[in-house]
Amino acid sequence: MARPVTGQHNDELIAALCRADESAFATLVDRHSPAMVRVAMAYVPTRAAAEEAVQETWIAVMRGIHRFEGRSSLKTWIFRILTNVALRSGARERRSMPFSALAEAEDTGEPSVDPDRFLPADHELFPGHWVIMPARWPTPEEGLLAGETREVIAAAIAELPVAQRTVIALRDVEGWSSEEVCEALQISAGNQRILLHRARSRVRNAIERYFGAVEEIDYDAVTAEMMDDTAKNETDSL
Amino acid sequence: MADDRADSHAHDLACVEVVEIMTDYLEGALPATEARRLERHLGTCPGCTEYLEQMRTVADSLGGLAEHSIPAEMRDGLMSAFRGFRTR
Repeated sequence: MARPVTGQHNDELIAALCRADESAFATLVDRHSPAMVRVAMAYVPTRAAAEEAVQETWIAVMRGIHRFEGRSSLKTWIFRILTNVALRSGARERRSMPFSALAEAEDTGEPSVDPDRFLPADHELFPGHWVIMPARWPTPEEGLLAGETREVIAAAIAELPVAQRTVIALRDVEGWSSEEVCEALQISAGNQRILLHRARSRVRNAIERYFGAVEEIDYDAVTAEMMDDTAKNETDSL
Repeated sequence: MADDRADSHAHDLACVEVVEIMTDYLEGALPATEARRLERHLGTCPGCTEYLEQMRTVADSLGGLAEHSIPAEMRDGLMSAFRGFRTR
């Protein structure tokens, strides 16, 4: 997937920002604000409150840019300020916890796939194997986001618990690396993967439901076939 | 080596376990022995192979949903806050 490419190097941007250069500020605002709103939504109850937190963050960035020492990337630094601002304003609205606590509170430990789609663990021949297995999706040539599936996917993401939604949005929608996500949200690599896994699994399930793309395995037929093969092998070896 | 047991004597993975470690696999976070077990399973299981493909498709498809801009009103607000900041 193509990402917007910006030619201006970070050091130049920082220098320009220190000079209070308006176009440098505009470049940064356009580059980071959409993802900032997504992250802020994890801490505050409304979109309006998230936009306010983003605005407050940009002012803090302007105030603090002279003290920015480049120990982290500019992006990481901006998002760390955002997290602090959003946490504080979330606290004012009595809905505020660190992202890691939010993730934990939301985690229901649900399985990725409905357990009824597998044979039971005590099945004699194929314990825990698919009964209703995934089938190939009839994806249009232009990709999943071309047709109605775009709405299905957008709705599935919107319905995710907020911690999962934030992680999948940053990783898969915005294209961030796992390190960047861990850094910005102050979560461990393991927690990041759990959230990403749950989110992707739910989106996959939604697409599968929409396509009705499943195939039931007839284990009676499979077993009969195996018996036939065994019998045939025995006859052959006589 | 004690840890070799995990590879050679561990039971084969069941599909119900495989679907839980797909993201760890795609992220390169599975220990090598676990990754090999998973790959062995994939070699014989069309259901899990399809599942992996679909998880990959999900991961690769969502970039097109990115919002490349913020609402104009918000942007205007930010730019005027910036000008206010500059003239102080």
